[in-house]
Amino acid sequence: MSEREAMEFDVVIVGGGPAGLAAAIRLRQLNPETTVCLIEKGSEIGAHIVSGAVIEPRALEELLPDWLERGAPLKTPVTEEEMYFLTETKGFKIPALDRVMPHLANHGNYVVSLGEVCRWLAEQAEELGVEIYPGFAGAEVLIEQNRVVGVATGDMGIARDGERGPNYQPGMELRAKYTLFAEGCRGSLTKQVMEHYNLRKGVDPQTYGLGIKEVWEIPAENHRPGLVVHSFGWPLDDKTYGGAWLYHFGENLVSYGFVTGLDYENTWLSPFDEMQRTKLHPVFRKHFEGGRRLIYGARALSEGGLQSIPRLTFPGGALLGDSAGFLNTPKIKGTHTAMKSGMLAAEAVIDALKTDRAEPASYTGLVRKSWLYDELKTARNVRPAFARWGAKLGALYAGFDAMVLRGKAPWTLHFKHADNETLQPASLSTPIAYPKPDNKVTFDKLSSVFLSNTNHEEDQPVHLKVRSVDLWKTVNWDVFRAPESRYCPAGVYETADADSNPHLVINAQNCVHCKTCDIKDPTQNIDWCTPEGGGGPNYPAGM
Amino acid sequence: MKILVPVKRVVDYNIKVLVKSDGTGVETAGLKMSMNPFDEIAVEEAIRLREKGVATEVIAVSIGVQQAQDTLRTAMAMGADRSILVLSDESPEPLAVAKVLKALVEREKPDLVFLGKQAIDDDMNATGQMLAGLLGWGQGTFASKVEIADGRAEVSREIDGGTETVSLALPAIITADLRLNEPRYASLPNIMKAKKKPLETIQAADLGVDMTRRLTTVSVAEPATRKAGITVGSVAELVGKLRNEAKVI
Repeated sequence: MSEREAMEFDVVIVGGGPAGLAAAIRLRQLNPETTVCLIEKGSEIGAHIVSGAVIEPRALEELLPDWLERGAPLKTPVTEEEMYFLTETKGFKIPALDRVMPHLANHGNYVVSLGEVCRWLAEQAEELGVEIYPGFAGAEVLIEQNRVVGVATGDMGIARDGERGPNYQPGMELRAKYTLFAEGCRGSLTKQVMEHYNLRKGVDPQTYGLGIKEVWEIPAENHRPGLVVHSFGWPLDDKTYGGAWLYHFGENLVSYGFVTGLDYENTWLSPFDEMQRTKLHPVFRKHFEGGRRLIYGARALSEGGLQSIPRLTFPGGALLGDSAGFLNTPKIKGTHTAMKSGMLAAEAVIDALKTDRAEPASYTGLVRKSWLYDELKTARNVRPAFARWGAKLGALYAGFDAMVLRGKAPWTLHFKHADNETLQPASLSTPIAYPKPDNKVTFDKLSSVFLSNTNHEEDQPVHLKVRSVDLWKTVNWDVFRAPESRYCPAGVYETADADSNPHLVINAQNCVHCKTCDIKDPTQNIDWCTPEGGGGPNYPAGM
Repeated sequence: MKILVPVKRVVDYNIKVLVKSDGTGVETAGLKMSMNPFDEIAVEEAIRLREKGVATEVIAVSIGVQQAQDTLRTAMAMGADRSILVLSDESPEPLAVAKVLKALVEREKPDLVFLGKQAIDDDMNATGQMLAGLLGWGQGTFASKVEIADGRAEVSREIDGGTETVSLALPAIITADLRLNEPRYASLPNIMKAKKKPLETIQAADLGVDMTRRLTTVSVAEPATRKAGITVGSVAELVGKLRNEAKVI
């Protein structure tokens, strides 16, 4: 028998982001008797939230129509928009942005700190009677008679060698009629559920991006609240998808970041260094002059869109938000879609509770009938066009798709490869010379990770599990020359004794929980598991 | 025996604080707040004393804004029996805190007040000592070991160059140092149970305590950044640089 304590709820939600919180709120709105428990691995709600973030308030308006009166932290409306195609020295502003890239029309949207929005959503949820427990990671899916019956939180106080330390506390079983997974992109429990129920059968492989972000404080005279700048092109080559964003918001704050499509091919590519060097481009550099960097963070995001969304329900639960892959990639927004999916899942769960059905299957139909589906359907061919034809032709196709086809193309482009299959061997990849950090505008990895306030209890098992050390040597090192040391934005992976006896060193305490290693490792040899609850970054509310 | 444990809500120890651009203090808006780690040690020790049967009740108290109740819930999730929140607008200075605690001591009549030796935000290291002064009680500060028997507390104190052991007649004040114990995790079941434990809220003004500020912060600045080191080729070069450039030998 398990020594774990157990508690029963109607619904358990794993993850306190926009999707999970919206679901929690909707559940209690629809039926205040429903018992809802939400757990979050971050030390507090918002501690692991990274987003640009320009958000579209559509879903929020449906969820809490009086959000303004309730003091929602949506304070900076978008006022100006610029989109650039960059070459090494020049930036070409895309004209008539509204028509060429209608997905990016941001009128009526807000630049926010998503961490702050989530903290506020959590307050609304708690007011409605949702029980929220941050600092506890969902470590295990409980499946009985082929039905998900809840999750167990991780044990605390396990020493590095796997033995129980003096402060050992067993995890707790949170049992529920329905369990909603809202872990964000590449959730570790979602991955297990997808495998167990074969939810990805018949859909395209998911493709991902890695977003790396900084928040800056700049001199008041340079601050243009509501300014939104995006770029594509340089420094990435034509085959690599990605680009930068820069938003002015709040009190003299600037959100800057860079997304690199994780289907990149060149093993020498370093998303972190691409992000750093883009700041040196004249289009961006002027925004940072005289400023100081406050926060750093990173997170992977799902870019596959409609073609890559798995089956959404299974006996005893459903997948929400970016765990399912509801991000609208051409729009570079996932908050409104995440929230909408959470709200629809809540409706389906309330429905299933009434009739005592094992699977909240009406969720899929609700999604299909909603604007969420229409939006993703319209956007569906843009990202795969870039994957197929590169940045320039992809952008042309996107313009054609938007202006001529209006998203109604009679065809659907598909993703052929998972991101871990696209990497080229070191011998076939062109090395990239990245500039050294100047410590004014550009910085190195370690000083960056320092600003994410990341901490993990030191004496615990390594939460990044390498399945085979030999495979690392023969594939990662011999063929690709340790790509994990470059794609990891937190300096977790290092190769020691590269000249004599190369072996992998894992600095797990640096991990910012972005999940890129779980995605990009060529042989899927790395499993990202949840560390002790409360560990990971501590992004402040400005993130 | 009752133990009163004051706990302070401070910026979490993992967070690197930034000085406000106008130099009036550090930015705390939106940062993760937690229980002062030294107070956590005091809570842990008080709970252990109760578990050993030495104490009968552990009361956590915090003075500050409404959100300090989260800190009190943590103390109760660790094992404190009940708690008191004294509401006050801004972070009061140590003398005001000591006066509020004195008023609570007179009301609750504990035999022991167990504090952290200092808070990690302002590093004042004063409240425990001031409270002992105001109450006229004995004090054992920087405790690394505590034994209680026959109405006395034997406290091993961390001092420069070793340990000093003092014996105090109860009631007394003890402040916890880092090595006293390693606090337990608040487990999820206990966090759930703590939601139902009693938490009393009182207004600082109702205690009739003079909380006037007597300290003025002149300015707050970040410490100078450490300059990058250099690698020297030989002992002679090292000695040369120490003598001629650093001028330390």
